[in-house]
Amino acid sequence: MANFETREVSTDLLILGGGMAACGAAVEAAYWAKQNGLKVTLVDKAAMDRSGAVAMGLSAINQYVGLKDGQNTLKDYVDYVRNDLMGITREDLVANIARHVDSSVHLFEKWGLPIWKDEKGAYVHEGRWQLMINGESYKVVVAEAAKNALGPENIYERVFITDPLMDGDKCVGAVGFSVRENVFYVFKAKAVLVAMGGAVHVFKPRSSGEGLGRAWYPPWNSGSSAYFTLKAGAEMTCQEVRFIPVRFKDAYGPVGAWFLLFKSRATNGMDENYMETRKPELENWVPYGKVKPVPANLRNWLGMLDVMEGKGPIFMRTEEAIANIANQYKDDPKGYKAKMKELESEAWEDFLDMTISQAILWAASNVAPEEAKSEIAAAEPYFIGSHSGASGAWVSGPEDLQTSETKPVYFWGYGHMATTPGIFCAGDASGASSHKFSSGSHAEGRIAAKEAIRYIVDHPEAPKVDAAKVEELKAMLLKPLDIYAQNSKYSSDPNIHPEYIRPKMFMFRLQKIMDEYAGGVTAQFKTSKAMLEKGLVLLSMLKEDSLKLAAEDLHELMRCWENIQRMWQAEAHVRTILFREETRWPGYYFRSDTPKMKEDWLAFANCKWDPKSNNWEMIKRPVMYINQAL
Amino acid sequence: MPSFVITEKCDGCKALDKTACQHICPNDLMVLDKVQMKAYNREPEMCWECYNCVKICPTQAVEVRGYADFVPLGAAVTPMRGTDSIMWTVKFRNGTLKRFKFPIRTTEEGKAVPDGGFGPGDANLKNQMLFTEPASAGMPTIPSLKK
Ligand SMILES: Cc1cc2nc3c(=O)[nH]c(=O)nc-3n(C[C@H](O)[C@H](O)[C@H](O)COP(=O)(O)OP(=O)(O)OC[C@H]3O[C@@H](n4cnc5c(N)ncnc54)[C@H](O)[C@@H]3O)c2cc1C
Ligand code: SF4
Ligand code: SF4
Repeated sequence: MANFETREVSTDLLILGGGMAACGAAVEAAYWAKQNGLKVTLVDKAAMDRSGAVAMGLSAINQYVGLKDGQNTLKDYVDYVRNDLMGITREDLVANIARHVDSSVHLFEKWGLPIWKDEKGAYVHEGRWQLMINGESYKVVVAEAAKNALGPENIYERVFITDPLMDGDKCVGAVGFSVRENVFYVFKAKAVLVAMGGAVHVFKPRSSGEGLGRAWYPPWNSGSSAYFTLKAGAEMTCQEVRFIPVRFKDAYGPVGAWFLLFKSRATNGMDENYMETRKPELENWVPYGKVKPVPANLRNWLGMLDVMEGKGPIFMRTEEAIANIANQYKDDPKGYKAKMKELESEAWEDFLDMTISQAILWAASNVAPEEAKSEIAAAEPYFIGSHSGASGAWVSGPEDLQTSETKPVYFWGYGHMATTPGIFCAGDASGASSHKFSSGSHAEGRIAAKEAIRYIVDHPEAPKVDAAKVEELKAMLLKPLDIYAQNSKYSSDPNIHPEYIRPKMFMFRLQKIMDEYAGGVTAQFKTSKAMLEKGLVLLSMLKEDSLKLAAEDLHELMRCWENIQRMWQAEAHVRTILFREETRWPGYYFRSDTPKMKEDWLAFANCKWDPKSNNWEMIKRPVMYINQAL
Repeated sequence: MPSFVITEKCDGCKALDKTACQHICPNDLMVLDKVQMKAYNREPEMCWECYNCVKICPTQAVEVRGYADFVPLGAAVTPMRGTDSIMWTVKFRNGTLKRFKFPIRTTEEGKAVPDGGFGPGDANLKNQMLFTEPASAGMPTIPSLKK
């Protein structure tokens, strides 16, 4: 076995990840830990200042409810999320996050995040729930508060987490390795808070050359959360609910400002507006087809129908939107000039704050938005339960937001705890509570952290860890290094070897399977039972070959494990699409053999992998609402 | 090639205790070649063009060239990040130049206080309030189900 030191860290609460949810968790946990004499440790694969989906910055806070000023009610938010997700939502979780999210936003502002204000000092909204920010340093500011709360001695950066440490059915820590030195880490804890984000590169991206990394979702989130909770035997939910954003084509720059602030339309290659010409299609998806705003996946679907009929490309009508604004100022040329300057700066900041690639692409293509329209397109599928997807672990709701009907099914002692005792989840790691975005993920991190501390206070016993099991995990984690070291000399080209596979080709193999059989871009987001079953056969061989992954160095060892994590996310996804015998989110995926939404599938499709038997169990759970009591 | 390092400008962060670009890259792409004392992007096709290595480099040695498989040549987007604002220069393929300046934070770097000045609030381990609530929420209490 490769020569690695084993380093043991004992703590009370272990926070996995350093993104929005983990930073919220850190601030909250540090407070309660101090009150109760407990220790909190945080582990991130990268540097907290710039890790996770907000690493580049953001130009908007997408969840702000405005409760204190009576702008909206909790019920308003819950209704919006339920409809956007075609009825499949845990309202108890959504409401719990929504009642705490504003306080996260107010904290961000105090910490130094510039939030746009109007003349009266009120926040400037991009849309009903969205606030405009100067967000280049969003993550830096949020991480700063988290780091100041925890103290540097409790933070481990550049440590990559893979598997849970288990004591029977209970989680008592995690293992991983440093990507900077030959050290295998064993973190022992009384509770673990999982917040390692979602997954990208499970499906083949549209750009597969140098632009492979320019997916909408950042290439460094590889399904670590889903893998961790699955391996711990936790029940998972909404694994079929992937997210496909429609963005400016190729660089995936945001479209929110154009649609919401500048009131732009999108039209097809024949100048038709699919939101109008395809309106009758919405009847097929009632009641959700009738709600305002039209659910994200249905908007996708109407555009996809045009593209599938060869009516593309789809364009954002930037030139028209700007002409409309000019028209409003037709008697006031000076006012127009000032307005245009303001809009130009806003439009570019939208890109420069969160998708700089789009600024490069527009500059390189000499795009003048006032003169010509720009192409938009549906990206490939991602797993991001905090955004407009919903995949994640099945977690308990809070006790006070249950009705007598929901309580027996949605509550088991501690809010945001998975079905595996000792595991708490937040952000992309927890499912069925979408539309939390950056701010809601932070709020959920805080909620989950407080609940985790309450659990630790109730369950103070020291974690029991089996030393033999730890050795077994160490050997498993380091195996790709051994395989490479033992075999690479055999072939004159270390990339091509009959006994092993390197992580990049392994990833391409996974992406090809998912793209073609599970409804990726190439398959025009369509799949069926027969396709999925074939996909599962190919995935099972990929899984066997994952034991033959080879790594030349620490960086490549991380790549091996990232791709194993992606593969588990893929399997959970395929099995769940197969289980749900209907089509519910046509603009996310379309099951050609069951093309309609069905009454009896107004239910959660959950899954669970059993560590003892290596079997998957598929579970249908009831959807129950609390909105009438909110 | 996504981010790349200009050989002449990179000094390997000799004067710092860690290699800045290597420290910050969220995808572990930047590495220092210790023989040449020059950094490079080891997996350009896994780069998100997040610009974090560009913004942090003390010698402005890192730049980004748009992905060759879909971006025409000739553009450059260059940031200068200060302590409270960032300046961007956008150079178009046709030579057009645009400049923007945006604020990045309203407080002194490093000084974020976890409670944001709201104080610990009314939370205890049994109620639904979080640290700093209800003051940070701006409400007298945190709402629950109607009874
Ligand atoms: C392109 C894009 C645009 C967006 N725009 C907006 C917007 O405008 N407004 C908004 O509010 N929200 C927006 N979002 C959503 C927002 O970014 C997410 O909801 C939020 O970041 C989720 O928080 P999280 O903590 O779950 O994950 P992340 O913030 O992604 O954090 C994941 C963390 O886990 C770490 N990690 C991952 N794997 C491991 C491992 N194996 N071991 C250790 N650590 C690991 C990562 O380094 C990172 O620290 C956007 C997202 C994307 C991708
Ligand atoms: S641009 Fe971002 S992803 Fe690319 S090398 Fe620099 S820090 Fe890493
Ligand atoms: S941060 Fe700049 S100077 Fe330092 S190693 Fe990287 S490229 Fe070279």
